[in-house]
Amino acid sequence: MLRALSNILRLIGKEMRSIGGDPVMLALVVYSFTAMIYLVSNDASTEVRDLAVAIVDEDHSQLSLRLAEAIRPPQFQAPVQIRADEVDEALDQGRFIFVLDIPPNFEADLMARRQPELSLQVDATAMAQAGNGATDLGGIIASEITSFMTGGTEAEGAPIDVVIRTWFNPNLETSWFGSVMQVMNSITMLTLILAGAALIREREHGTVEHLLVMPVSAAEIVLSKILSSGLVIVAAAALSLLIVVQWALGVPVSGSVPLFLFGAGIYTVAIASLGILLSTFSTSMGQFSLLVIPVMVVLNLLSGGMTPLESMPDWLRLVMRLLTPSPHFVVFAQGVLFRGAGMITVWPELLALAALGTAYFALSLTQFRRVLLRS
Amino acid sequence: MTAPVLALSAVTHRYGSRFALDHLDLVVPAGCMAGLIGPDGVGKSTLLALAAGVRQLQAGEVRTLGGDMGKARQRRLSAPRIAYMPQGLGRSLYPTLSVEENLEFFGRLFGHSQSVRRRRTGELLAATGLAPFDDRPAGQLSGGMKQKLALCCALIHDPDFLILDEPTTGVDPLSRRQFWELIASIRARRPAMSVLVATAYMEEAERFDWLAAMHAGRIIATGTPADIRQHAGTSTLEAAFIALLPENERIGHTAISVPPRTPSKGAAWAVEAENLTCRFGDFTAVDDVSFRIERGEIFGFIGSNGCGKTTTMKMLTGLLQPTSGSVKLLGRPMDPHDMETRRNVGYMSQSFSLYEELTVRQNLALHAQLFRVPASQVGSRVQDMLSRYGLVDSADRKPDTLPLGMRQRLQLAAAVIHRPAMLILDEPTSGVDPVARDAFWRSLIQLSREDGVTIFISTHFMNEAERCDRISLMHAGRVLAVGSPQSLVTDRGAASLEEAFTDYLRAAEAPGKAPGLVSDEAPAASGRAPLAAAAPRRFSPQRLWAYTIREAKELSRDRIRLFFALAGPLILMITFGYGISFDVESLQFAAFDQDRTPQSRDVIEQFTASRYFEAQPEITSSAEMEARLRSGNVAIVLQIPSGFGRDLVAGRRPELSVALDGAMPFRAETARGYVTGLASTYAATLAARSGTDAPSPYVLQPRLRFNQAFRSVNATVPSVIMLMLVLIPAIMSAVGVVREKETGSIANLRSTPISKLEFLLGKQIPYIAISLVSALALVLIARLLFQVPFRGSYALFAVAAVLYVTATTGFGQLVSCFTRTQVSAIFATSILTMLPAVNFSGLVVPVSSLRGFGRYLGLAFPSAWFQPISSGSFTKGLGWAELLPNLLALAGFGLAFLLLSLAALRKQER
Repeated sequence: MLRALSNILRLIGKEMRSIGGDPVMLALVVYSFTAMIYLVSNDASTEVRDLAVAIVDEDHSQLSLRLAEAIRPPQFQAPVQIRADEVDEALDQGRFIFVLDIPPNFEADLMARRQPELSLQVDATAMAQAGNGATDLGGIIASEITSFMTGGTEAEGAPIDVVIRTWFNPNLETSWFGSVMQVMNSITMLTLILAGAALIREREHGTVEHLLVMPVSAAEIVLSKILSSGLVIVAAAALSLLIVVQWALGVPVSGSVPLFLFGAGIYTVAIASLGILLSTFSTSMGQFSLLVIPVMVVLNLLSGGMTPLESMPDWLRLVMRLLTPSPHFVVFAQGVLFRGAGMITVWPELLALAALGTAYFALSLTQFRRVLLRS
Repeated sequence: MTAPVLALSAVTHRYGSRFALDHLDLVVPAGCMAGLIGPDGVGKSTLLALAAGVRQLQAGEVRTLGGDMGKARQRRLSAPRIAYMPQGLGRSLYPTLSVEENLEFFGRLFGHSQSVRRRRTGELLAATGLAPFDDRPAGQLSGGMKQKLALCCALIHDPDFLILDEPTTGVDPLSRRQFWELIASIRARRPAMSVLVATAYMEEAERFDWLAAMHAGRIIATGTPADIRQHAGTSTLEAAFIALLPENERIGHTAISVPPRTPSKGAAWAVEAENLTCRFGDFTAVDDVSFRIERGEIFGFIGSNGCGKTTTMKMLTGLLQPTSGSVKLLGRPMDPHDMETRRNVGYMSQSFSLYEELTVRQNLALHAQLFRVPASQVGSRVQDMLSRYGLVDSADRKPDTLPLGMRQRLQLAAAVIHRPAMLILDEPTSGVDPVARDAFWRSLIQLSREDGVTIFISTHFMNEAERCDRISLMHAGRVLAVGSPQSLVTDRGAASLEEAFTDYLRAAEAPGKAPGLVSDEAPAASGRAPLAAAAPRRFSPQRLWAYTIREAKELSRDRIRLFFALAGPLILMITFGYGISFDVESLQFAAFDQDRTPQSRDVIEQFTASRYFEAQPEITSSAEMEARLRSGNVAIVLQIPSGFGRDLVAGRRPELSVALDGAMPFRAETARGYVTGLASTYAATLAARSGTDAPSPYVLQPRLRFNQAFRSVNATVPSVIMLMLVLIPAIMSAVGVVREKETGSIANLRSTPISKLEFLLGKQIPYIAISLVSALALVLIARLLFQVPFRGSYALFAVAAVLYVTATTGFGQLVSCFTRTQVSAIFATSILTMLPAVNFSGLVVPVSSLRGFGRYLGLAFPSAWFQPISSGSFTKGLGWAELLPNLLALAGFGLAFLLLSLAALRKQER
């Protein structure tokens, strides 16, 4: 036991030197945990921003001009005036997301309480922005018309007063969410690549055989690779959280960072085992990369970090939660980092991570032994 | 004398700052067997590559067959007259293609019709004895057979000048002899053919007509073998070569002598192998092998590459489990888990297998530690090894900066640092020059005779075999004979060990099937016009097709690439389809009712009835509310303060508070919209009930165009098709070209008449075809699984798909011109395609919302032009008139990528 521990420590030392001696891999780690997080979190692609609007003004009244002026950046581009017969073509070509049609005599009908109809055409293929954009646009129009009709005074109160409070991210800043999700994505991607590449490199250079004729067991070899890539990635993630997320992006991390890193440690063991498993199916880095790309995309996109798990079909949600560790990690990380959840709240997810990690490790070890005794 | 076949004057070639050829002049006579001798790394391969025109000339002049190889036109004209076989066993071959398919490919490249191909293939296979194996994949042939096949491929077009770079290195003596006999018979039939061979075997060189000895980028002697021996005053070429070296490089070199062994007391066996057999599938690598090795003995395993030496050695080290048979090491039965036995064995594998990223000293220390040398002794043991193997000055260098001979000594040092009783060495001297090889052997002899270490070594050098105490001759997985070298020679009544081995090999071949070396049905009966006399055409559809067929066959036999090409898009499509969803439904909702009046129940009723919310058990305390929000159990909490019902009835405008989980901003944003909507509906209901109904002054009528159901998949799936048809095809085609660079078969682009255009188009076609198959599958998934409507024209979509994947595979090929390894090709292609395709082509952000740089970047890539076609065809029902500009743009991209690749791809190596 002591022997095994000392072997693992020696091998971890060797792995660390290998990682340190691979400038390309180091550059990838540094890039993924700094620049990439910064870029992605600032790229709030689902925010309502710069949406293109056209107005078909058949009213030419003071109100229709005020409506056009009220639609402004940053949410919307300044509206473009088009003719009614241009609408279909413009929407076909995807030049605008919204076309607001103000019918003739709109202002007059409004003042006469004839309840005129405004039509808003929405290019519903722009799913990410169309829904929230239409809500925002409706709000702008409503407040503009109300203030026009009442001459700027407060409208008469509704029977109830709804107060909406957003917890954990009061202003709904997307960079808070984006940066932490990107840290998780980088953890998944790099752990997978680092652990898999470490084994492939040994197989390509024939050094793994060399290890196996020494008094070192296969479990020690696999474990040392998993632990060393996990250590590097957890350390990089810690620095990234402190320096890039908290300091450079100014995201307040409300929860316990040590607890997050503890969970990340368990998660990296599971993912690194998966990396080892994939690398046993391939004989070269080229093959490994072809396998790793789809796996990486599936793990990141279907983890619930991109789209809430409850939006997926039941069967897919079940498959993901039963077979992959990433949905558990996303729930764990969101809980700890955003909502300040403690061990009492997140232990079931940690348990699931540990169980999946153990299963992946056992599988990768078996497969590793099998492949080596065959080739 | 006729004009020389090859003339080099003042040729200099550098790799970085290192000179491979240094102002070299050489004239090689025509019509004879000319040899180029010298150890590894003296510039032989560079010289041959320049002569064949496959490497770009840097300085000086090279005239091959009288033509100036510095000129592209001349190279094109000369290509059909020259045949070039690069170094490495079967490096120009395609391992997954069968023997016949390889030959067929080369026949097509040289423009042979099907009947000519059949005839030539039949003749060459019969002549080389490969005919019985015509459907075996080239990768599963033995080393000797691979080289014979490579020779067949080189000879398929009847060249006038045959250039062979170390063709017999690692090949068994019989195959080697057969190889030379084959060449001799071809020369007998076509006396005008010139042959230039680089070799490391001096005994082969003895039989050539003319030799040039090289050292450090220069020629140190030329002439017949006899001339060179005489010049150096020695009796063998090997000795002559060493004598010709500059003074400082042969310091310390003396002839090797092996002191006789004093047999150990008693018959203690170090190794007892009985009836060892190892099968891989239906291939038997080692067939019923038995032998015993005495303690302290140097026991040699002699045989060609692929004869089972390495497999046997791996079984002895526990790396491989024998299919049957037993092994005893140092008296104990072999057990792969027995750590004690491992400590007594040192192993050196065929290729260098220490850590390149660790220094010499670190490598040795790691070995000492893992072999459980006591911590206090590690330092001294490392120091001891450094001085014993002459590594003191290099102790802190990385192994890749050391010369090959020194790397081998380092490996030996690592293998013996724990003072094992036995050493297993798998071809330790392969590729090492004679001086370094002798130094290595001196260390071995010392270990054996002074330290009593048992040494089990494999080699294909006969002079090394002669130094062993006993040897075992191996062939095709079986042991042919065991004994001392002398006794084997005597038994066979042969003049040399090589002859004895050849004799054993012959006897082992099935009787009556004496290898029809060069039968009378020799290739290409004389009298027929040379096959490729005419200059090749500039563009030949047949050559293009040769590459297409070959690429398609290779692809269909590579499971991982095929999986990626066919299953990749489907898996990713499903992932993206479900993973990028903007449908916010099933929001976990819970009420926290502190009022408990009919009015509060009424409000809660409103919320739970919404199809977007999924009601959870009610919350009963503030602490519970906080805990459940923290755990993510609920995303929306409706909190109704006590007194709500009373205030509402009294018209006091009570407060209703809603808490949203803001951890996912998009979800929260949408949820806020839902809550606002529900609140105003509720307010309207209340007003209607109380009769104070004041209708809204206007109606805002939203009309959802193209996607009335407002389903995410209708929007994302067409865009995901756009993404899949760029990412996967581009990666596949990039890997297709770079793989050839990695495996070395790119040499065929350089040495045959194939043009760059034919090469690129030929390799692109299979990927276009397979991408169209996945395009069809993607459309089917979109229609059937995701239920996305298709309103446009299938014909238009098909045309667009062809143009688009032509452009995207072309992009992959362009990337491959700048990358060297498959890994870098894959990552470079994915990064370069993902950025414009995901961010600037309308997948998430509509193109109309893009400003400035991002917009131009998007438009400079085909994806932004295909996206409107894809979403236009699915959801908008657009037709030819609207989409024509996009189709033209896609065609333009395809053409532009092809032209750029043509400009970037180099036919010659630098």
